[in-house]
Amino acid sequence: MSEATDLIGERRAVVSGAGQSDIGRRLFRDPLELTLDACLAAIEDAGLTTADIDGLSTYPGAFGPGGFSGGGMVDVHDGLRFENIQWFCGGVEFPGQLGAVINAALAVSAGLCKHVLVWRSVWEGSAQGTGGRAAVMPGGGGSGSFKASGFMEWVLPFSAPSAATWIAMFAQRHFHEYGTTREQLGQIAVNSRKNAGLNPKAIYSEPMSMDDYLSARMISTPLCLFDCDVPCDGATAFIVSRADTVADLRKPPINIEAVATALHGRPSWDQYHDLTSMPAQDAGKELWKRTDLKPTDVDVANMYDGFSFITVAWIEGMGFCKKGEAGAFLEGGHNIARDSGVLPLNTNGGQLSAGRLHGFGFLHESCVQLWGEAGERQVPNTPEVGVACAGGGPMAGTLLLTHRR
Amino acid sequence: MSTTTGESPFRIMPAVTDRNRHFWTGGKDGELRFQRCKGCGYFLHPPAVICPKCWSKDIGIEAVSGRAEVLTFSVNVQNWMPGLEPPFVLAIVGLPEQDDLRLTTNIVNCDPYEVTIGMPVQVIFEPHPDQEVWLPLFEPVTKP
Ligand SMILES: [Zn+2]
Repeated sequence: MSEATDLIGERRAVVSGAGQSDIGRRLFRDPLELTLDACLAAIEDAGLTTADIDGLSTYPGAFGPGGFSGGGMVDVHDGLRFENIQWFCGGVEFPGQLGAVINAALAVSAGLCKHVLVWRSVWEGSAQGTGGRAAVMPGGGGSGSFKASGFMEWVLPFSAPSAATWIAMFAQRHFHEYGTTREQLGQIAVNSRKNAGLNPKAIYSEPMSMDDYLSARMISTPLCLFDCDVPCDGATAFIVSRADTVADLRKPPINIEAVATALHGRPSWDQYHDLTSMPAQDAGKELWKRTDLKPTDVDVANMYDGFSFITVAWIEGMGFCKKGEAGAFLEGGHNIARDSGVLPLNTNGGQLSAGRLHGFGFLHESCVQLWGEAGERQVPNTPEVGVACAGGGPMAGTLLLTHRR
Repeated sequence: MSTTTGESPFRIMPAVTDRNRHFWTGGKDGELRFQRCKGCGYFLHPPAVICPKCWSKDIGIEAVSGRAEVLTFSVNVQNWMPGLEPPFVLAIVGLPEQDDLRLTTNIVNCDPYEVTIGMPVQVIFEPHPDQEVWLPLFEPVTKP
């Protein structure tokens, strides 16, 4: 640890409650209903009432087409008619989706508020209808009037609207430099599907073998269908509380040992200097400077898998193996197995099989595992140290969590 | 440098502005153009308003050789949108003029499955004159 302890402000924050709405491939329900279901569930889980909530935090706000947001700041603030909000922050230019949780931790740590409601809500499944992902792509309707700007200016004219193709190029370069194979990458998807089989809320729970993975249709080489997460409808919420409010809470909270939010290179999908990794490696490197814990202390890891290769970037970036050695680490799948691995990974099925809850599902699962509330999929010997990592491309945020008994 | 033959496929066009016009229209004259700092010689891409190396605002426009190397690529198989017929190659190519000068593009005029990392390529422009855009694509180098 290189920071003085009194500068690690996130330790004055805890996760005191977690909640989730119904989750489904296409629920065709009002997304705000799902959002508020998750929010109320989190408040209840913490043993609080709406009158106790004095902070609000969310990603990405009400922004985005195609079911990207099921409820922003105004929707939730007014929807639950809060009367005591001291601080709020909703937006999209965060260090990953979990940036909203990290913002909340910093706000309570700074004394601006005591109990922050944090949420992320998606309804991409219903928004797509039966049209698939192409239905919600910019210009997907064939309109000639839409013009690309911002980062999209540099990829959309080349017929590359999906992060699948951008991420695929990183995977290709990793394969090229380090000899990583499709079988090794495929362990992430196969492992997730196995875990999803024990998660009653998972989207895909039928068994999937390595042969199934390898014979799936290609999306953008070397990524196949099962390397891509599944859009869904659902909302996830947390309560982030000031650590000294523990007496008000229903159950012992999850401690935030450290967070990291770094972005050291160019903030871009295609201009970032290292084509075999992502800023996940910047956040990962900084995280371990804020704690005496080591990667080997982690009992459960839930790490972003919008596309499976992003998990590779997190595995290496977080120091669970050396740079370039994720292929060997994943070989055979033993290291990441929920019941016997050194690093039980994406224990609810991740976004690949449990649905694209967009970052928040990883923190939810790590908390549930640390609380020992994961039911059939509970990691053995109730874990005490967990990580939640979210973000791909030029955004990355990670939390190191502890729950000592 | 040359242009692609046949009718150009549907593409979503970039919003051409005063800042990026040199890049998207250089192909009209067969040139791949970038901003270059007159103070320190650094190429700026995507286009900017101040040199990030020396803070000079004295920025000119310069054509480069059009040669490049495939840094990485993907054969895109999924049909996301109208336009290019899959499979087609998306690539990030690096330019010899500067270590960090690179762009995302398509590799054309070859079997998509024969593209490799390290392959030498050269620019070829796909004209969309009614949109004021000449897209810089790349093809394998055929002559030394
Ligand atoms: Zn300069």
